[in-house]
Amino acid sequence: MIAAMMASSYNAKEEDGHHSGSSSHGGAGAVKSKKPDNTAFKQQRLPAWQPILTAGTVLPAFFVIGLIFIPIGIGLYVTSNNIKEFEVDYTGVDINSPCYSCAKNFSWNSTQSCVCSVNFTLEQPFESNVFMYYGLSNFYQNHRRYVKSRDDSQLNGDLSALMNPSKECEPYRTNDGLPIAPCGAIANSLFNDTLDLYYVDSNSTKTPIPLAKKGIAWWTDKHVKFRNPSGNTNLTVTFQGTTKPVNWRKPVYELDPSEADNNGFINEDFIVWMRTAALPTFRKLYRIIQKKSGTTPTLPSGRYILDITYNYPVLSFDGRKRMILSTISWMGGKNPFLGIAYITVGSICFFLGVVLLIIHHKYDTRNNSADIPN
Amino acid sequence: VKCNFCVGEENWVDSRTVYIGHKEPPAGTEAYIQQRFPDNRIVSSKYTFWNFIPKNMFEQFRRVANFYFLIIFLVQLIIDTPTSPVTSGLPLFFVITVTAIKQGYEDWLRHKADNSVNQCPVHVVQHGKVVRKQSRKLRVGDVVLVKEDETFPCDLILLSSSRDDGTCFVTTASLDGESSHKTYYAVQDTKAYNTEKEVDSIHATIECEQPQPDLYKFVGRISIYMDNEPVARPLGSENLLLRGATLKNTEYIYAVAIYTGMETKMALNYQSKSQKRSAVEKSMNAYLVVYLCILIGKAFINTVLKYVWQADPNRDEPWYNERTETERQRHIVIRAFTDFLAFMVLFNYIIPVSMYVTVEMQKFLGSYFIMWDDEMFDEELGERAVVNTSDLNEELGQVEYVFTDKTGTLTENNMEFIECCVDGHVYVPHVICNGQVMPGATSMDMIDTSPGPGAREHEELFFRALCLCHTVQVKEEETVDGIKHGIHQGKSTSFYISSSPDEVALVEGMKRLGFTYLRLKDSHMEILNREDEIERFELLEVLTFDSVRRRMSVIVRANTGELYLFCKGADSSIFPRVISGKVEQVRARVEHNAVEGLRTLCVAYRPLSSEQYQQVCHLLSEAKLALQDRDKRLAEAYDLIETDLILLGATAVEDRLQEKAADTIESLHKAGMKVWVLTGDKMETAAATCYASKLFRRNTQILELTTKRTEEQSLHDVLFDLSRTVLRQHGGMTRDNFSGLSGDFTDFGLIIDGATLSAVMRPGQEDSNSGNYKEIFLEICRNCSAVLCCRMAPLQKAQIVKLIKASKEHPITLAIGDGANDVSMILEAHVGIGIMGKEGRQAVRNSDYAIPKFKHLKKMLLVHGHYYYIRISELVQYFFYKNVCFIFPQFLYQFFCGFSQQPLYDTAYLTLYNISFTSLPILLYSLIEQHINMDILKKDPSLYRDIAKNSLLRWPIFIYWTILGVYDAIVMFFGAYFLFDNTTFTSNGQMFGNWTFGTLVFTVLVFTVTFKLALDTHYWTWINHFVIWGSLIFFVVFSLLWGGIIWPFLNYQRMYYVFMQMLSSGPAWLSIILLITAGLLPDVVKKVIWRALWPTTTERIQVGTHTHIIEDYGSAKTTAAVFVFWKNYCKTKDRWVTKTGTGKAVHGCKWSYLVL
Repeated sequence: MIAAMMASSYNAKEEDGHHSGSSSHGGAGAVKSKKPDNTAFKQQRLPAWQPILTAGTVLPAFFVIGLIFIPIGIGLYVTSNNIKEFEVDYTGVDINSPCYSCAKNFSWNSTQSCVCSVNFTLEQPFESNVFMYYGLSNFYQNHRRYVKSRDDSQLNGDLSALMNPSKECEPYRTNDGLPIAPCGAIANSLFNDTLDLYYVDSNSTKTPIPLAKKGIAWWTDKHVKFRNPSGNTNLTVTFQGTTKPVNWRKPVYELDPSEADNNGFINEDFIVWMRTAALPTFRKLYRIIQKKSGTTPTLPSGRYILDITYNYPVLSFDGRKRMILSTISWMGGKNPFLGIAYITVGSICFFLGVVLLIIHHKYDTRNNSADIPN
Repeated sequence: VKCNFCVGEENWVDSRTVYIGHKEPPAGTEAYIQQRFPDNRIVSSKYTFWNFIPKNMFEQFRRVANFYFLIIFLVQLIIDTPTSPVTSGLPLFFVITVTAIKQGYEDWLRHKADNSVNQCPVHVVQHGKVVRKQSRKLRVGDVVLVKEDETFPCDLILLSSSRDDGTCFVTTASLDGESSHKTYYAVQDTKAYNTEKEVDSIHATIECEQPQPDLYKFVGRISIYMDNEPVARPLGSENLLLRGATLKNTEYIYAVAIYTGMETKMALNYQSKSQKRSAVEKSMNAYLVVYLCILIGKAFINTVLKYVWQADPNRDEPWYNERTETERQRHIVIRAFTDFLAFMVLFNYIIPVSMYVTVEMQKFLGSYFIMWDDEMFDEELGERAVVNTSDLNEELGQVEYVFTDKTGTLTENNMEFIECCVDGHVYVPHVICNGQVMPGATSMDMIDTSPGPGAREHEELFFRALCLCHTVQVKEEETVDGIKHGIHQGKSTSFYISSSPDEVALVEGMKRLGFTYLRLKDSHMEILNREDEIERFELLEVLTFDSVRRRMSVIVRANTGELYLFCKGADSSIFPRVISGKVEQVRARVEHNAVEGLRTLCVAYRPLSSEQYQQVCHLLSEAKLALQDRDKRLAEAYDLIETDLILLGATAVEDRLQEKAADTIESLHKAGMKVWVLTGDKMETAAATCYASKLFRRNTQILELTTKRTEEQSLHDVLFDLSRTVLRQHGGMTRDNFSGLSGDFTDFGLIIDGATLSAVMRPGQEDSNSGNYKEIFLEICRNCSAVLCCRMAPLQKAQIVKLIKASKEHPITLAIGDGANDVSMILEAHVGIGIMGKEGRQAVRNSDYAIPKFKHLKKMLLVHGHYYYIRISELVQYFFYKNVCFIFPQFLYQFFCGFSQQPLYDTAYLTLYNISFTSLPILLYSLIEQHINMDILKKDPSLYRDIAKNSLLRWPIFIYWTILGVYDAIVMFFGAYFLFDNTTFTSNGQMFGNWTFGTLVFTVLVFTVTFKLALDTHYWTWINHFVIWGSLIFFVVFSLLWGGIIWPFLNYQRMYYVFMQMLSSGPAWLSIILLITAGLLPDVVKKVIWRALWPTTTERIQVGTHTHIIEDYGSAKTTAAVFVFWKNYCKTKDRWVTKTGTGKAVHGCKWSYLVL
């Protein structure tokens, strides 16, 4: 109690020192204790910056934004335009398209895979690395039922989850009493067309173009998020007691028998597929065509043949399949939107800056002059 | 005596019989019926250990918002919903738990307090011995011994005290805050029994009414059996010691318990006040309803669209995405309904739990600024502002009508005796020299001619009358530094205490005129007269003051044996009862003084013969013994007794205006508030105060609606007359500005008195007419800038407030007062403010806010109210805005994910968005934002008009915010959409998935809404910087962490490295910057253009102050620099102006030269 009183009187002294103007004389200790502390915070008088948005203050910002955004936009637009992209639809809707029969005669049960070839010509050579994508349209990878139909623990190599997949995988959880590995709708619908690209030179010889299948998935996905149960060796044994997803032609441990670190759950095609797309029209990275040393373009202009092993039906839901070849810049693939958007916003800012300048001159002064009598 | 016994026996149901010491009444007198009463246990706690959880949960879920969130949570638990129940369960659980802990803690404290009260020892007389008992075991009928400074354990009837005269002193500070000592009286026949043995021998029963909450009313009767012959005595509130009061200046008392435990008057007064709701809260609820409709609408639209879209089975169930068998078999109606609920759950964040929490916190924490305010601290009283409820903070910024009490609120209630007038001779004590009271001043100034010898007798009688006719107590001893000083007769160490400051002023005034009231001893009042002789008068009866009679009387017996009745009271209540005396002269003086703003009282006397006295005694004792309608009977008796008076004279007491009262009223007027003065005082005095406080100005045309006028004309005619005057004036105003004299139109002031008011308000026989009266009255009032209502009863004050509240504009009302008579209007008004005055603490206790002085109202409304209003309105608007921004992209996303209720954002983001990423900046904004400097707010009250009528929460503004939210949502969603549309985003060709899409939108969202708030902030302290940038940093750090680890307890890892991958992509950065800019652009432009083209007063002032800052604080150098800048600036402007050919800008530039 005494301590409290001392403390309060000490405070009072300190206050007097700080605020010589405030009169806190008189009154007994009881009075003092009720007197509010005279701190800047409690008196709502903290030092503060008090900016006000007026035409005058905002003007420069608008011009600056305009001046920065427009060049950025132009840069982006030019970059985007320099990117070479080639797209071919091989769904086979049209009766004249080479994959028409494959698409038409598709059956889940057929053991024979249907192969079709699409010819196309690149007008311009593709320099630097070329990225090969497959694209699907009208495919709802972002449907809620679909998105959640996976078991990340299973994919992470958890043995108990391997044998007893999550309920979220229903109805792709078990088959004939055996747990499905990998379970769920996403895995079940793995894109399984095989695309091969051949360059046809002037004397009509087909040269296969080497397609790198590694480096297409996120590094973290491949090395951390996806893991085979009990290591990458002996996958056949590891996956014993599980069954392949219903729509798959081969079990998970045969996804890439040639390379142990691209097989099973850590198969990159599989990992890429498992990252569900945001929108119903999407593309996924399929292969990378590494730039050859020297000055020869990665893909010289000329005729090409795309061989498709047609396994993936999309016509039932009116989907489309595409193959896309694209070069990449620092800002990714071809996307004029960003550049245009920058130019637009920059121009609007600049325009608004001019409008505000007019308003500022015309009206602010009028208001000020109106204030004179006050 | 037997006959008296029969008086109140008609109704036994409402009374109780208490047997003192539990002794049966002697046989033959009456039947001994043991009644059961509750024990003396006080239960203020709401919960017990066992029922806490169910009862508290029930209480909490009775709130609509909590119930809504509970339902959402349950829906999430039951059906398969897009978001996990955690997202809504966690915040709800948090809110509920915090509230429960808070309430539990409060209840625990109550339990503790209850226990300490219930277990504290009391002394009870049993079988002639004093026994210690726990307080809770006390029973009705126990005889209790209470010692000095102890608190009464229950309601007691005083039997005897250590003082010979059977009185005791009590302070009721803890009950009503009045710290003055009040005298209570023991029952006459038992006051001699003042040892435990003697007390134990008392054989008596008490009959009294069943407990009532009114602290000041009590009727009962005690029958004492002496030699088996019952003697009945009346009991009144002067015999009743209330629980909670403390015994003072009395060694000990014996008393009998009559009301115990929860039946004590204190416990009955615990009833909580009705909840007041602010206008902001009402509009918030309206918005909530709108958003609920939007929510339901969205869910409904999506459900319908989903089923339209799904009509194609290949869309409904493509081969890659099949349903489970159980789902397939579910009936379509059930499926549709669950889909609807799932959409509801997905969009439910649009009505956030956190808004309620934030609003509550804002109100609670914000109210501290009122308490902390140094400028609202009163040195003299040592008091600061008190906040009794924080629910109404923002209502302080919305006040349209101020109803103020006069005495003690506008005026100091620090009465000073100015003069008295005896038979037309005026006496002024001239004792004030250089502000100091001259010691022992007995001289007086006779303005009028010296009175003759006969008049001198009259004059002395007048002085004696004033010395005798009062209820003032003399505080006999004073404790200075712990040493008790004895009484120093007539010296300044003894002072007077009374519940009425007028009386103290009068008695002190008499002292200065030579007649000193010394004390009341053994029913004798002692007066020291001019010759320093002590005169003793036996005090026989006191006819106490009440507000209906407006007078009080005493009956005394002088030493010589003569009997006098002295009466003092309001002129209107004395003059009709006077039969002789110089009425005309006195009346003239009284009216003169009233116009001067002085409080006047008239004094009269009546010599009584002993027969008359016997008659009076008979009348009084009969009335006092009545159990039923005692007050009415007493009033009748008083009416009979106080007649045939001889007028002695009148007094005038000044009640000075409070410091800065006029300034405050002027400010309130300028701020657009209508100020009404409601007082019980008489018209002339009240009008004088109104002029002094600038409520009425010189040019104010006064309209009178008083009994005087209605006597001449019918009420109907007067009302129509007045309304015609008012309307004609206003009509004329618009046609031609004829009132050239005042420049402005003449404003009207209305004076109405209580009687006329009740006539106006009376529910008439002809319904249509009375309704008309009210309407006409309101119409007149609307056109008056100031209204004075005088001669008001407390209840009428509340009626007026209610009338205005219910009028068709539904204005926000504020009532301010200091006395018990203001409590009703304080409770009735939207905001009730109590002044810590001299008339006790009743008003303060019942108020929403209490301030030491009237002048503090200015800062309370103009600064605090204004700030609170803009703060909370921004809080409300911003909360809805940020949740529209948050949820609308999810809605849009449904169109691209097959209406499958796929959430756009990750669960963690959904949960934390409102809880942590965007909560603190707005909370802080709503606590410390100052759009205008507070000194300017005080200096320029007209700024208050800018926020009048809930202007920041009107529908157009709400719609603007909502549209802004929708716009931002569209920019964010489609911005991200076009970026993601079928293209690569990274420099290594890898693709992003839906979670990156959501995270991109979410990142833009968090930054946009935070920057939006930053743009709205006008007051950037270091805390703002810390919180705004801090919460953005927190978001980034959290996202990095959330995506940086494979979380072992989660069954999904969808966010793993998503945020980091996004940040590693250049276009993502560019698009985040672009989208934030595009999102903020329209709001900035709107603000700037509106400010330039249609500025509000507030905005003009804001710009103005900036110039002032340059003016005030700029050093010579900077001023010079600014000057050069301006010069150049104006040059360019001039050039520009000449180009466009406008002359306006030049003018402004010239002015800026002037300023600089």
